Parts: sequence; C-alpha cells; structure tokens
Amino acid sequence: MLTCKEFLNELSEYLDESIDAELRAKLEKHITECPNCWVIFDTTRRTIQIYKGMNPYPIPADVESRLMNALEKKMAAKGR
Amino acid sequence: MPAPTQAGVDESTLVAQSREGNTSAFAELVRRYEGKIFRLAQHVTQNREDAEDVLQETFMKAYEHLDQFQGNSKFYTWIVRIAVNQALMKLRRKKTGKTVSLDETIDTGEDTVVREIAAWDENPEQRFSREELGEILDSAIQGLEPPYRSVFVLRDIEELSTEETADALGLSIPAVKSRLLRARLQLREKLTRQFKRKGEDAFAYL
Ligand SMILES: [Zn+2]
Repeated sequence: MLTCKEFLNELSEYLDESIDAELRAKLEKHITECPNCWVIFDTTRRTIQIYKGMNPYPIPADVESRLMNALEKKMAAKGR
Repeated sequence: MPAPTQAGVDESTLVAQSREGNTSAFAELVRRYEGKIFRLAQHVTQNREDAEDVLQETFMKAYEHLDQFQGNSKFYTWIVRIAVNQALMKLRRKKTGKTVSLDETIDTGEDTVVREIAAWDENPEQRFSREELGEILDSAIQGLEPPYRSVFVLRDIEELSTEETADALGLSIPAVKSRLLRARLQLREKLTRQFKRKGEDAFAYL
C-alpha cells in the first residue's frame, strides 16, 4: 500500500493522466481506502477545473487601442 | 487597421500572409491572442502597467521576428514564450536583490502544503458572483511565489504542455512537474478556505 506522501507526490501526474496503468491502479486503490487523500484528490481536481474554466476578461478598450496604434506605427516603419 | 474580415482564416495561413507583409492578417493574429497574452502578463507581473508593456512588446517582437518563427510549433506557443520572457525580465528588473530567479532550487520535500482537509460544497462557485469568484481565483494566484505562479499559469490556465512550459521558462521537465504539484496544492489550500462545506470549519483552527 502506498503511503499518503507517495500518493501526494504522484497526484499531479495522476490528475494529468500521464502515468502507467500499474501506478494508476495503486493510486486508485489508495484513494478508495484513505478518505483524506480522496478529499485532497477531489478538491485539487476541482481547483484545476475552476481555473481552466476561467475565460480571459475582455481586453480593456484603451489597452487594445494603444496596442494597435503602436503596431500600426511599427508596420508603417517596416515599410511594406 | 482594416476591419476584421479574416476571422475564419486558419492560423498558418495568417502567419504566411503576415510574413508577406499583409498587415491585416497580422492584426487578426493579434486579435485572437491579445486577451490571453494580457491575462498571462498580468498573472506573471501582477501589475497592470507592466502587463500592458509586456503585451505591446510581445506583439512588436513577434512582428519583427516573424521570419524566425518555425512552423513546427504553434504560433500561440511561440508568442507565449516571448511574453513570458518579457514578463520575467520586468520582474527581475523590479526586484533586484530579491530572488525571483526561476532557476533557484526549491525544496520539494516538506512544503507540500496540506493543512486543510475539508470537502467542498457540491457547487461552491455558485455561492459567489462572477466578479467575486474572479477575485478569489486571482488573489489565490497572487499568493503564490513567482516560480510556482508562472508554471501554474502556463500549464493550467494557458494549457500549455509540460514540454512547452519547460521550454518557455527554461526549466527542466522534472522542475516543471514538481512546481506544478506544489502550485496546485497551494491553490487547493487557498480555495478550500472559501469553498469548504459549511460545518467543516474545525480543521481551519488546528
Ligand atoms: Zn492517504
């Protein structure tokens, strides 16, 4: 049986599904038997999901217009 | 700049057209990625003015060096690398003396922060308005040390691969992996304080 520390060390890769089947089976066994690690697994997974679901704020109009102005100057200077 | 007429054109076509001097093609590339680049710059620099500088410098440099862009990576990955470099330069310049080097070794042993083990509500996000949630998420990221923050932002927000992140930050793959783990656990910890199920507060005061 894995220790909790070993489980934690593999947690990221487990969540990213980038581990081999044998280790995956051990980790799965650990969370069925260890409620604390299950909670950590579940809340870490949801942490990542929440961040992935976050859309970028629309870029402020003044920031965009300064960007486009700067680029236009640059493009004109390149002279094509 | 011309009106956006190229919204449906695929990226490699836009890059090729930009290289030939088609400025509206380049403008379309900018429009596609400016929001993400600005967000990334804000997360890494933690400062709106710096983020705006980084945004401008990124697309200026991209335009200047377009002929150096190899078609074997995605355009987005390429500009992310430019943006990360610009943002890190700003951080370093600001905090001379303080360690913000990404190369510093981080003890990966004991700081696997797991102090709060509390289950979350079913949909804790619904307790908050969009704005409140955005603030909670942003301030949790702000609380991370820069080396963790950059890795988390690239891997879990911009959704770059481990290899692309390592490449952009000049880190080894094991370093990216261990920093990502720490970052995720630290954020989990911070979010747990907001999202835990009511009645499970006991752990907070241990
Ligand atoms: Zn355990």
